[in-house]
Amino acid sequence: MQLLFISPILFPLSGLLINAAFGKRMGERLIGAVASLMVLASFAVSAYLFIQMGALPEAQRATAVDLGIPWIQVGNLHVPFGFLIDQLSVTMMLIVTGVGGLIHIYSIGYMHGDPRFQRFFVYMNLFIASMLVLVMADSFLLMFVGWELVGLCSYLLIGFWFSNIKNAEAGRKAFVVNRIGDVGFILGILLIFATFGTLTFTDVFGKVMAMSALNSPVIVAITLLLFIGAVGKSAQIPLFVWLPDAMAGPTPVSALIHAATMVTAGIYMMTRAHVLYTAAPATQDIVALIGGLTAFVAGSIALTQYDIKKVLAYSTVSQLGFMVAAAGLGAYATSIFHLATHAFFKALLFLAAGSVIHGMEHLSKSAGAHGGAADGHAVDPQDMRNMGGLRAKMPITFIVYVIGGLALAGVPPFAGFFSKDEIVAAAMQHNPLVFGLLGIAAVFTAFYIGRQLVMVFFGKPRTGNAEHAAESAPLMTIPLIVLAVFAAIAGVLNLPGVGTLGTWLAPAVGGYEVEAFQIGVAGLFTLLSVAALLGAWYVYRNAFTKSSDVDPLAGLGPLYIFLKRAWLIDALYQSVIVKLFYAASSFLARVFDVGGIDGLVNGTAVLVRNTSGVLRRIQNGLVRSYGMMMLLGVVVVVAYFLWSAVAR
Amino acid sequence: MLSFIIFLPLIGALLIALLPRASTSLIRWTALGFSLLTFVASVVVLMDFNTTQAGYQFVESYQWIPQYGIGYKLGVDGISIWMLMLTTFIFPIALWTSAGAVHDRLKEYYALILLMEMATLGVFLSLDMFLFYVFWEFALVPMYFIIGVWGGERRIYASMKFFVFTMAGSVLMLLAIVFLGINGGTFDLQALVAKNGQWAASAPLFLAFAIAFAIKVPLFPFHSWLPDAHTEAPTPGSVILAAVLLKMGAYGLIRFNLALFPDASRQFAPLMIVLGIVGILYGAIVAFAQTDAKRLVAYSSISHMGYIVLGIFSLNQLGLQGALLQMVNHGISTGGLFLIVGFLYERRHTREMATFGGVWGKMPLYGTLALLFVLSSVGLPALNGFVGEFVILQGAFQSTAIQYPQYWTAFAACGMILSAVYLLTFYQKIFLGESRNAANDKLIDLNWREVAAVVPLLGVIFYIGLYSLPFFTAMNASVANLLSAVGIVMR
Repeated sequence: MQLLFISPILFPLSGLLINAAFGKRMGERLIGAVASLMVLASFAVSAYLFIQMGALPEAQRATAVDLGIPWIQVGNLHVPFGFLIDQLSVTMMLIVTGVGGLIHIYSIGYMHGDPRFQRFFVYMNLFIASMLVLVMADSFLLMFVGWELVGLCSYLLIGFWFSNIKNAEAGRKAFVVNRIGDVGFILGILLIFATFGTLTFTDVFGKVMAMSALNSPVIVAITLLLFIGAVGKSAQIPLFVWLPDAMAGPTPVSALIHAATMVTAGIYMMTRAHVLYTAAPATQDIVALIGGLTAFVAGSIALTQYDIKKVLAYSTVSQLGFMVAAAGLGAYATSIFHLATHAFFKALLFLAAGSVIHGMEHLSKSAGAHGGAADGHAVDPQDMRNMGGLRAKMPITFIVYVIGGLALAGVPPFAGFFSKDEIVAAAMQHNPLVFGLLGIAAVFTAFYIGRQLVMVFFGKPRTGNAEHAAESAPLMTIPLIVLAVFAAIAGVLNLPGVGTLGTWLAPAVGGYEVEAFQIGVAGLFTLLSVAALLGAWYVYRNAFTKSSDVDPLAGLGPLYIFLKRAWLIDALYQSVIVKLFYAASSFLARVFDVGGIDGLVNGTAVLVRNTSGVLRRIQNGLVRSYGMMMLLGVVVVVAYFLWSAVAR
Repeated sequence: MLSFIIFLPLIGALLIALLPRASTSLIRWTALGFSLLTFVASVVVLMDFNTTQAGYQFVESYQWIPQYGIGYKLGVDGISIWMLMLTTFIFPIALWTSAGAVHDRLKEYYALILLMEMATLGVFLSLDMFLFYVFWEFALVPMYFIIGVWGGERRIYASMKFFVFTMAGSVLMLLAIVFLGINGGTFDLQALVAKNGQWAASAPLFLAFAIAFAIKVPLFPFHSWLPDAHTEAPTPGSVILAAVLLKMGAYGLIRFNLALFPDASRQFAPLMIVLGIVGILYGAIVAFAQTDAKRLVAYSSISHMGYIVLGIFSLNQLGLQGALLQMVNHGISTGGLFLIVGFLYERRHTREMATFGGVWGKMPLYGTLALLFVLSSVGLPALNGFVGEFVILQGAFQSTAIQYPQYWTAFAACGMILSAVYLLTFYQKIFLGESRNAANDKLIDLNWREVAAVVPLLGVIFYIGLYSLPFFTAMNASVANLLSAVGIVMR
């Protein structure tokens, strides 16, 4: 039975081992099949566990799985390989393996012909396994294992086409920026253990609930430290800078990172630690504000990007801001609801964008390897200015893209409408500032996705690449269709007044109140979204007739530049923090260490050598005589001390 | 049994001295054979090692120079057992890889390596201060020759520096040892420890030992010999230096400083903790600016050894056990990184990272194995380095040895970011991007001998990362005993 519970981790793990060991002889189809089937098997088990769990009375649904194998056991620190399967983790497992599985299938088509096809699927399986460790762990430290391993996977996959140094650079950036957050996480873990003497969720939460006072300094400190980790992993201000660069990886990787795995980790972690956060309203206010700001800032940046994936990347940052804000508002189940719908529509949008890029590359490449996409191309296949009119060339991609776009924009009855509406409604009740930020961000969202749809699919093809684009193969379009169905209907998971998902999650996330449908808020935001979509259509319908045309928003002048360059945040880091570090490192290494510390030592040595002619004669360069002298010296010194000791 | 372990390599060295110079492969296999036998013997000790017993086991005690209270006394406990294992584990690997790295005066070379193994084993197993000192000094000599004879261009400078530094510390320690021996009437470590630090001048004595060991560790600011020694030493020499010789310093801090001078340990713990943390950050920042791959790994050593000093002087069970585990981890990971750099050096005869690039594409297996060592050194969970680092940080966080331990620990934890910065930069410069030199096109992937050298290390990396229990279990009793015997509050 225990094996069954952890088998979702073991399937992709064995998949990666099989592919790593035998992949060379297996051929693309078999490698892809093994990797995908393993993830689907995890999905099947997760679904089985979900159904089993549903059949149990609510109080018995959470299962602690202890393998009886200690991982770290020293002093009073005990961390076993233990897992917690409850409503929250099983929901995450379904999302991770379900969306992840579809991305795997899609990748078989997308990565076809890549010389490192085998390695790609090894990493992908490792990614899924790591994410499952993260969501299934029963302690903060084991969660941290998955947490860091998904960081590793992102490093490997973002820099997958490492011969282009930019990709490698983006991978390293992702890892390092994540590590900054991870230090916060690890300090939070240290403080949790120092305070409670345990790292297991149920034990920690039990002890927190026994404390009656809110905002005790130690809980505020713990939650803030953990939040630093979430800020890194879930790409919030000020650590979001790695995520837009992360699109350097193959497009399925972007889908995996942005939708099903990785960035959702921070949201999950805070939801898992909801007992701590609820006990620290002071932290909650900060969390909500950071989430709102991130939604607003990233949304505004997405308005001005030309790269099809970069728009989606900033969109992810913005949407994660919504989820973080929800967690900060105490609406944990709502946060997970949006996480789920976002997983569907964002995976859909990224994979559909991949299909577009694939189509755009038809002219310059026979189907296959994307590795050199960024270099050697006259026409950038990811630049939306080079597209246009793809509606007719790629009808399936177009339709699913529109569905994904409407879901993102929050147009009813698509999935994003329901989940976003719940977050906005919660914000309206509790925090006007965050409500305002999210409201503006929602308008931005509809506008930038509208802009993207127009630039990519409408008008006339603006380049030969767009002219010759063709629909992708079924291996790629079928996962798109499946995701599109979910993006369209996933709202039913948690309809207002019904709250299926929320009620299901309630025991694991500290409760959930089913809200009645608020026609006012919903109606207002629907109107705003539709207006923004139409506005985008109006502004962009004739804006680009050739690739070199100027964006209408450029009329905003310096503000446009400011937005386009992402509020200059990354530029600031590069020109201040990175430069300072380089300078400090260079100074310490080349001046201080060599001239200062070492110079002092060598200076003394030179002094000794120059003042003692006798020694110089002995330094005749023969190693043997040095050795003799050394031994002699030791003997003399020892003898002297022993003698003086006895003489006394 | 312990004498057998110590002197097995000596027998090997003597045997090699008798072999004809021309029969190189016989020399090589003799050396390897004896080091493997030593390893097997140490495994036997490990199997019989009683993990519940706090005191010394396998004790051998003979009179040596009775009029001065000097004895020949050996023993192993939970503090030294993994040092013993690490030493006997690393030497065969270093000898195995010597074939590619060393090409002349093989007879002297192999004999010296075995002599060094004998001396380092003696250091870890001696229970008599005088005997310890003899082995300590003896370990210096072969390494001096290995750098000075088989080293790189600046070998004479590097070996002299290595010698002068270590010798300077040793003289101080010798003074302290003689003082202890005379005042205590014996050189027997256990008898001296039993006096529980009641010395006339325990602060100067503590410092005399601490400086000698700090140089060896090396602790900031005593580190400047290390980058030169590492860079100039032949690959197997670097491996042994990093894996075993540096551990002599950390081991000494635990075995002598903590045990002999509990009060002074408490008194100086804040200083040592701060120096350890400075070392973590300083080593990492300086490593980042290096252009020579081997120098970079050398500075990474300084950073990693800082964690160990931090753990030791946290003066609690987690800190000390974490430090002991990290001593093993560092030996494995950094030893592995030196091997990795060595493989490239043997192919290209340069270590300038700027001349590489894109090596992963040319040597896929090599790139993958190198990445695993890098990740181990970065402290990625599920690999060995993380377990040690985390336990040390938890110990430091709860330490009562320094005021505001949480804040100090936060500084130390920033080493996690820096290690990712410099090690991934190291990896990127050599393995990723495009090749920056035509000579890289001819690179051939690792051969089976090279793979065989690193696979055992990787095995340990995963084993400790996933199941550290046996390592901690073996230390538990002895560490608890040490801490309570010296009256340091356990937490």
